[in-house]
Amino acid sequence: MNVSVQTPKSFIFNIKLNDIIFTEKLRYFFDGSWLCSQVVWMGINLFLFVWFYQLYDLGDDFFYTRHLLGSALPWARAPAAVLNFNCMLILLPVCRNLLSLLRGSFVCCGRTMRKQLDKNLSFHKLVAYMIALMTAVHTVAHLLNVEWFNNSRRGVYDELSTALSNLSDSENTTFLNPVRRIDIQTPTYFVFTTIAGLTGVIITLALILIITSSMEVIRRSYFEVFWYTHHLFVIFFIGLVFHGAGFIVRRQKKTNPPHNFTFCKDRSDDWGKIPECPIPQFQGGPAQTWWWVIGPMILYICERVLRFIRYMQTVQYRKIVMHPSKVLELQLVKDGFKMEVGQYVFLNCPAISQLEWHPFTMTSAPEEDFFSVHIRSAGDWTDKLIDIVQNLPEGAQGPKMGVDGPFGTASEDVFDYEVSMLVGAGIGVTPFASILKSIWYKFKISNSKLRTRKIYFYWLCRETHAFEWFSDLLQVLEKEMEERGMGNFLTYKLYLTGWDQNLRFHEGVHFEEDKDVVTGLKQKTHYGRPAWDKEFEQVRKENPTSVVGTFLCGPAVLAKVLEKKCAKYSDVDPRKTKFYFNKENF
Amino acid sequence: MGKIEWAMWANEQALASGLILLTGGIVGVAGQFRGWPFAAYIISAAGVFVCLLEYPRSKRAKGTSVERTGQYCFTVCVKSFGPLTRNYYVRAFLHAAICVPGGFMLATVLGCVCLGIASLIYLAAAIRGEHWEPVLPQKETTRKTDPVSVRNPPEMPPPRPPPEVRRKRVDDLEGAAYDNPIPVSDK
Repeated sequence: MNVSVQTPKSFIFNIKLNDIIFTEKLRYFFDGSWLCSQVVWMGINLFLFVWFYQLYDLGDDFFYTRHLLGSALPWARAPAAVLNFNCMLILLPVCRNLLSLLRGSFVCCGRTMRKQLDKNLSFHKLVAYMIALMTAVHTVAHLLNVEWFNNSRRGVYDELSTALSNLSDSENTTFLNPVRRIDIQTPTYFVFTTIAGLTGVIITLALILIITSSMEVIRRSYFEVFWYTHHLFVIFFIGLVFHGAGFIVRRQKKTNPPHNFTFCKDRSDDWGKIPECPIPQFQGGPAQTWWWVIGPMILYICERVLRFIRYMQTVQYRKIVMHPSKVLELQLVKDGFKMEVGQYVFLNCPAISQLEWHPFTMTSAPEEDFFSVHIRSAGDWTDKLIDIVQNLPEGAQGPKMGVDGPFGTASEDVFDYEVSMLVGAGIGVTPFASILKSIWYKFKISNSKLRTRKIYFYWLCRETHAFEWFSDLLQVLEKEMEERGMGNFLTYKLYLTGWDQNLRFHEGVHFEEDKDVVTGLKQKTHYGRPAWDKEFEQVRKENPTSVVGTFLCGPAVLAKVLEKKCAKYSDVDPRKTKFYFNKENF
Repeated sequence: MGKIEWAMWANEQALASGLILLTGGIVGVAGQFRGWPFAAYIISAAGVFVCLLEYPRSKRAKGTSVERTGQYCFTVCVKSFGPLTRNYYVRAFLHAAICVPGGFMLATVLGCVCLGIASLIYLAAAIRGEHWEPVLPQKETTRKTDPVSVRNPPEMPPPRPPPEVRRKRVDDLEGAAYDNPIPVSDK
């Protein structure tokens, strides 16, 4: 068991950190700022709730309304305000094109600011949960409201309630109770004959359908159901805009002479007959929700138009390669397309499905004049694409493809460290294809941005079948480096964490050969998981005075392990080796 | 939309409807709405019943089934009704019948409509020939483990040729060196 003496060393480590590297300080600040923005959002929600609650609960102009409805009035209006705010927010995180434009404009603030914009889906879900919760509270409160309005109208309650409910819309009176008819009116009838009620039911239904089809089980298994049902949000927003119409929530208007409710509330028989108590007048407020949501709705429409425009831009196939183990490599060219390392694109193939867009990490470097993706067979869409491509005649262009992107944080920090430890587990190795290629290009042309002079790459996977294309890449890099006499620029170790009897015997027989039997690479394959202590020791030994950046694309458990090792093997002495763990999500 | 099992979505929708019916019924009783005895029926017969029936997820025809927490006892109960719960036509008509009384009171109208929609989706599932399968833990353990890959990483280093062969490579010390993950003694 690893017991590292953490506390005193890491405390000094942190202080040294703040002195030495400004970007590291910025990084620590912004890592906490996702939490920060959630706290700010929650704070705004709480403020809105409390503000509107006390407005309706204590406001004088709602005294008579409260008499009919009790505290169900503020309990309905406060969630309504929170709902306005959140419905405004919910469309914004999914405007991925607009977000990446925004990201581009943050050049001055550095990459760490841009990282925050990548938490968009998590934020979208958070806001959705709040909308669902507030809808529930709002609906229950209004159920009670409608029932009590109805009862008031029927004279079930006290004298004042009946008097208030009797006020109707005529030349010198305005109504308070929106339930006007007594004969056939039930709460259900009222709800379905008012704009507010009808839109309320429709949009709540739409919301429920959206939520049930967005459950993780459905979303992961049947993306189409999730995606198509999610478009009910169009109905949701249209209904939402009209939901406040009808002037149903009413407040007391100022009359001349004024109607003092404290004095007049017990004298409802005398209203209009005594000078202190003229008949109270009421008015409703106009629908306000559209103020909140019109901006994001327009932005979202722009976003969809932008996606459509990008989709219509022609994408040429430069090369199509079918790798073993059903991995398809597409090398594509698109006008004006600029990418950075570790980013991803969305692909759409109308021949397979008109409306589906699927994300793929790019495996090419920005220095190349094309961009490539490696697509593994992992479901309906990918299987069909591989099928279509396999049936193409030689040299023909592939099926029409729409490309949206690139999105995602640029993983540019890898170039800043003198020594980099890159760890890719399983499918997490894909962004490293882009990174390794880019590093190699930069090294060849002696790009000044590249400070790296040594890379340690650790590739962990169960078996290499699906990633033979990556082995090929490593082979090519290995060969090129040997030719230039730079064999020790890149050190890589492959760890097969799943193996079988055949592999064992095969390895035993071919032990002496120069190249590894599994991958054909000169550097040998290791079996089992890496012993990180040994690895860190080796890196420290070989780089006694460097700053080492550690990057991981893999499971969170491994992230914790690596973070601990980085802390453990970093030296307090600034002249000695220091490890920095980068918690980036590729 | 080739592989979709409609029953999975119908299940989520029906469970949500059950909860909404339950909530609506409770509101109706607590607020002493007109006709609240109706609400009592809705709570006990409809909402709870639907929740209990829909809580255990069915085993998927293709792919891994994700169970809900603690669904095993519910699975056993639902399984005991045999063909009544296995068949989705029965469920579709059952839900359609249950949801109708909910339409008579405002508090439960939403639950009624949601359950109606769930009933329609179940009908679609039934037409496509789906049926409910219990997820039983015994079946999990007897599932054949993949003969090719082994879960645990190997604890011993791979076999090596005898020491005489190993010692021969004195001219190439670099190539002969390797790291043992576990220390090995010659004895």
